[in-house]
Amino acid sequence: MPETKTKPTPSRDIHAATPVPVRHMGQWLAGAVLLVVALLFLEVLVNNPNMQWAVVFEYLFSPDILKGLGITLMLTLLAMLLGLLLGVILAVMRLSSSRVFQSVAWGWIWFFRGVPPLVQLIFWYNMALLIPRITISVPFGPTLVNWDVNDLITPFSAAIMGLAFTESAYAAEMLRAGIRAVSGGQTEACATLGMTRWQSLRRIVLPQALRIVIPPIGNDTISMLKFSSLVSILALPDLLYSAQMIYARTYQTIPLLIVATIWYLVLTTAFTLIEHAVEAHFDVTRSRPSLSRALVSNLKAPFALRRKEDLA
Amino acid sequence: MTTPLLKVERLRKSFGNHEVLSGIDMEVHRGDVTCIVGPSGSGKSTLLRCLNHLEKPSSGAVFLKGEPIGLKWRGERLFEMSFNELAKQRQKMGMVFQGFHLFPHLTALQNVSEAPMIVSGVPRARAESEAMELLAKVGLGDRAGHYPHQLSGGQQQRCAIARALAMKPELVLFDEPTSALDPELIGEVLSVMRDLAREGTTMVVVTHEMSFARDVAEHLIFMDGGVIVEEGNPREVLAHPREERTRAFLSRVLETA
Ligand SMILES: Nc1ncnc2c1ncn2[C@@H]1O[C@H](COP(=O)(O)OP(=O)(O)OP(=O)(O)O)[C@@H](O)[C@H]1O
Ligand SMILES: [Mg+2]
Repeated sequence: MPETKTKPTPSRDIHAATPVPVRHMGQWLAGAVLLVVALLFLEVLVNNPNMQWAVVFEYLFSPDILKGLGITLMLTLLAMLLGLLLGVILAVMRLSSSRVFQSVAWGWIWFFRGVPPLVQLIFWYNMALLIPRITISVPFGPTLVNWDVNDLITPFSAAIMGLAFTESAYAAEMLRAGIRAVSGGQTEACATLGMTRWQSLRRIVLPQALRIVIPPIGNDTISMLKFSSLVSILALPDLLYSAQMIYARTYQTIPLLIVATIWYLVLTTAFTLIEHAVEAHFDVTRSRPSLSRALVSNLKAPFALRRKEDLA
Repeated sequence: MTTPLLKVERLRKSFGNHEVLSGIDMEVHRGDVTCIVGPSGSGKSTLLRCLNHLEKPSSGAVFLKGEPIGLKWRGERLFEMSFNELAKQRQKMGMVFQGFHLFPHLTALQNVSEAPMIVSGVPRARAESEAMELLAKVGLGDRAGHYPHQLSGGQQQRCAIARALAMKPELVLFDEPTSALDPELIGEVLSVMRDLAREGTTMVVVTHEMSFARDVAEHLIFMDGGVIVEEGNPREVLAHPREERTRAFLSRVLETA
């Protein structure tokens, strides 16, 4: 080894010594305090007799609650699906060169982002007061359709409309941003290959835009799950309303609210995991795990120990 | 004299008040390589983008095999083409960009086979086997399943060339295909382009690679300030430029090269 210019100190060999990692004393202290607070809170939850955990477990898997859970799940997924479909159409309309399309889409988004979903639910449910019948007929010809609006509007269809239209407005804005984030070079490349506007949108631009908006869509799905509890105003027996119906009879308000809370948290957790898995699956810049592999690795992620190299 | 494959007549293009192309006339013959050189901002990219109407010319016309691009006659009156009518004409002119613009969510193979499948309706099996042949031709036979981000710059550009060729265009436009590449990757792209030239592919190439222009091109165009200042046989123009502006430009680029 060549001689270094600085005076060598025999007891200090930087190559032999192992450096002591930085000690995060503040973090340890704050962590300890938080842990104590959390334990106290947990104790209140577990030992408080008003929580009536026995009642919670009695109703957690009761048929009424599970049926309500199914309705909540169906409302959420259907409203998201419909909202996204409408959102794609609206986003494309906003970005089209036609003034008419632009304005109609703008008006729709303006309206449904502005009106609270609760107001909409009540409004759609009472639509028969505004439009009693829907009649479609050939001019001077036979009547094709003649519906009584009261038959069309059930609590379920009113709920789906209210939730899906609200979602469509948010999804449209998200997708519009996603489409614009796909660089102009992509559409130019499509054009030079002879693709029509629709072909490049469908095959090149939308697939990239949708990948960009997977996280916000996941977010919206979780919001939708919670917004769907508004339908109890229409006496639609979703998760929350089913719980309410039971405690209206038994007066066990707190334990039944806890039952609903547990299920909402379970669904939220499931949606979060699914969103992460979908995101990982479609991210071509990472190695592509299958959907099921991504799900499993996500389940483990919070518990995985930090690797040595992260600490270095 | 054969009729030219591509003909440009009195082409002008302005952005607002700023005239970028001030009357371009040029011809490209089948099987020829035409190189366009000139200082930055002289309008080379704009000219290339007017050829396939990525930019709409302010006036003048471009003809491919005698057919006007982006315009059509109906009796006595001239009409602009819709985007989808234009798409039909664009199939005949491939383009390779400085920034590659590969489709990031598709593999190299899918990048090449996509347009033949959805634009020309070629069945998947045939589109993919043709795409494999093209990838092999540009030296990417073993990279078919890779995504663009898994390819080096030179590989990405070669994949983009294969993609442009997949539509079997009459001619291919190149806008500075090697300018975004590290010096050691330029050679592999140029050698693919040399092979294409040898096979008789008609190409219009905007480039700063003077040696490529000298060795490969049949025709060299020097542009400055939105006009063609000088053109002719590349060896002649490079060795004995007639115009003062050409001389000044060449002494600048050859000095740094
Ligand atoms: N979309 C546009 N809007 C306004 N001005 C433009 C636009 N595109 C190009 N220009 C202007 O036109 C002129 C010519 O640009 P062009 O890109 O054709 O030059 P170039 O010869 O390709 O230059 P370079 O060698 O740097 O690529 C420049 O002054 C540029 O600022
Ligand atoms: Mg340029």
